Amino acid sequence: MDFTQKHILGIDHLSVAEIDLILNTAANFKEINNRDIKKVPTLRGKTIINLFFEASTRTRTSFEIAGKRLSADTINISASASSVVKGETLEDTAMNLEAMHPDIIVMRHSASGAPHYLAKRLPRSSIINAGDGTHEHPSQALLDMMTIREHKGRLDGLKVAIVGDITHSRVVRSNLIGLTRMGADVRVAGPGTMIPPGIERLGATVCRSLNEALEGADVVMMLRIQLERQGKSLLPTLREYSRFFGLNPSNLALAKPDALVMHPGPMNRGVEISTSVADGPQSVILDQVENGVAVRMALLYLVGGANNDESTIQSSQSKGVTA
Amino acid sequence: MKILIQGGRVLDPANGIDQVQDVLINDGLIEAVGTHLKAEGAQIYDAAGQIVAPGFVDIHVHLRDPGYEYKEDIASGTRAAARGGFTSVACMPNSNPINDNKSVTCYIRKRAAEAGFANVFPVGSITKGLKGDCLSEMGDLKDAGCIGFSDDGHPVSSPELMRRALEYAKTFDVPIITHAEELELVGNGVMNEGDVSTQLGLQGIPWVAEDSATARDIMLAEFTGGRLHVAHVSTAGSVELIRQAKARGVRVTAEAAPHHFTLTDEAVRGYDTNAKMNPPLRLQSDVEAVIAGLADGALDAIATDHAPHHIDEKNVEFAIALNGIVGLETSLPLTLRLVEQGRLSLMRAVELLSAGPCKALGIPRGTLSPGQVADLVIFDPTIEWTVTEERLVSKSKNTPFMGWTMKGAALRTYLAGNLVLPA
Repeated sequence: MDFTQKHILGIDHLSVAEIDLILNTAANFKEINNRDIKKVPTLRGKTIINLFFEASTRTRTSFEIAGKRLSADTINISASASSVVKGETLEDTAMNLEAMHPDIIVMRHSASGAPHYLAKRLPRSSIINAGDGTHEHPSQALLDMMTIREHKGRLDGLKVAIVGDITHSRVVRSNLIGLTRMGADVRVAGPGTMIPPGIERLGATVCRSLNEALEGADVVMMLRIQLERQGKSLLPTLREYSRFFGLNPSNLALAKPDALVMHPGPMNRGVEISTSVADGPQSVILDQVENGVAVRMALLYLVGGANNDESTIQSSQSKGVTA
Repeated sequence: MKILIQGGRVLDPANGIDQVQDVLINDGLIEAVGTHLKAEGAQIYDAAGQIVAPGFVDIHVHLRDPGYEYKEDIASGTRAAARGGFTSVACMPNSNPINDNKSVTCYIRKRAAEAGFANVFPVGSITKGLKGDCLSEMGDLKDAGCIGFSDDGHPVSSPELMRRALEYAKTFDVPIITHAEELELVGNGVMNEGDVSTQLGLQGIPWVAEDSATARDIMLAEFTGGRLHVAHVSTAGSVELIRQAKARGVRVTAEAAPHHFTLTDEAVRGYDTNAKMNPPLRLQSDVEAVIAGLADGALDAIATDHAPHHIDEKNVEFAIALNGIVGLETSLPLTLRLVEQGRLSLMRAVELLSAGPCKALGIPRGTLSPGQVADLVIFDPTIEWTVTEERLVSKSKNTPFMGWTMKGAALRTYLAGNLVLPA
């Protein structure tokens, strides 16, 4: 099939077939990352701007490596170094970048809907959402789905528990929509102050406790708890959080014996996840990071080059891409 | 000068009139309403097939003048009022400087008189500088022309200060207009809290933020015996609290805005900043309750909360976009939708736009009784028009109704017998 999406704004915009295509493409790209010479000419001559208005190490690096391994020219802009501090509007910043003819703008922004807003205004560039506020983080959900599928062979019918601050997590929204769409059964658990109203309408089953969520789970996804929430109205102490919502070897035993342990990072060891679990045999946390590069290569490829230079792509792929 | 408006359907809710009649204006006052009126040398207007009603009164607008003239000024705002069939507006005090002293009040009245499109009845601030610390000089402000007091947009959070405001305002028999919102429950919310806010990843404002404040202020009005007017009611719970308070004799009145009886929080999808206002668009059940309240008298008035903002203040990320939409030019057709849907009688609709708001704030307008100032509107409920930037005369174009086909428009408005629309 052809991939016809100009932008990747959220999982919500993607069909089952499109998610499948992205995951298959990523699986094919993964091999490049293990080569001695980790570079193919697929996006040679393309310009990618990583426009990050919020701090990020993992996601920004992952997108940058993905672009470079596809031979695109990647430029990183972070908010502190940009004209935002001079009071320029988001639209003006983006329009100025657009005037330099980039092909893809990868953006992260603290305001939910910021990439959607720009997508309506920029005439040429494709926009990839690298996380908008508490809304969506599509590439994270895709790398999570890729990792699960790699280990379990499927997504359909799996029981996935997502635990933590559901309200403020864009990772949850994208995963919830994506996993549900792919046939998985998603449960969420967290303190009552961190479960948003109507989350069931996105397909989640809300569990009253961590144990209930873990019972028979195929996948356990722990979310980062933001340390600064402690001592305010959402959370009394990290100590109590850890006691009721932290994953450790004994409660992990409630999940299936071969359950995967995931975390989008960065982890607070000893808070939401114990070190022995994070580093244990069931953990696929570093696989997630590895697959992140492959998924982002797939997204850049599908959005930026798949349809306009088929021959170059075919010749550059050792396995070929099923596009 | 005499003007004879002939053969229109005259709707005058205060006098219970709904009949094809003539209206005779003499020297800026209503001289007579009746059949086959004759007047030597009068200018004649044939209103056959049209509706003749008291000029509409919008008791909740922001004219942005002084201080924010790039959004709106008194002339452009009152021109938009006339265009919408309004002959009187009450403007909120959050100008710059704030209307907490009589020089600002006098400035507003002077500019309104110079512009000549509509009466402007200023609302003074409850507290100096809208800071919520100490009371404004309400007596002085009333003398200068203020008809009520509000810290609109900046809820008075101290219950003690609100108690004293209600008590103090009683001295001068003026209403306190509450922007009922518990700010601690609003937090960083930018839209209604519910399924849609969860799906969009936007911080929500729960209904309890409005209802708890409405309940508090009703109790304080009951306790003090002061006059309370509840601005822009948006929730089912607040409508019910007001209904119950009225039933037990509390001196409370209330208004609702057209957007709150027309749209739900679904309008925010796509992050449309023109669907961002405070209080936020709520659920369908709230819309239904507001309409029921308008019909049964729990609510007294339709008021637009006309809040012009420059495009630069709306053309930004949703979280940082300013709250509010313009409303003066779309209020009549949106109200008439409820009539067409059978939710309001035409008489009640006109009442909610004229006699109702006048009674709530004690404005000496809103009827066609002989001897009254001849502020009136002639409208046609069947005219269809499309909302476009070009058609709106307000300086700002921030409306979620852009592109909508509206049904019903004012054809003429008279202000003290002077024709201001068409100008």
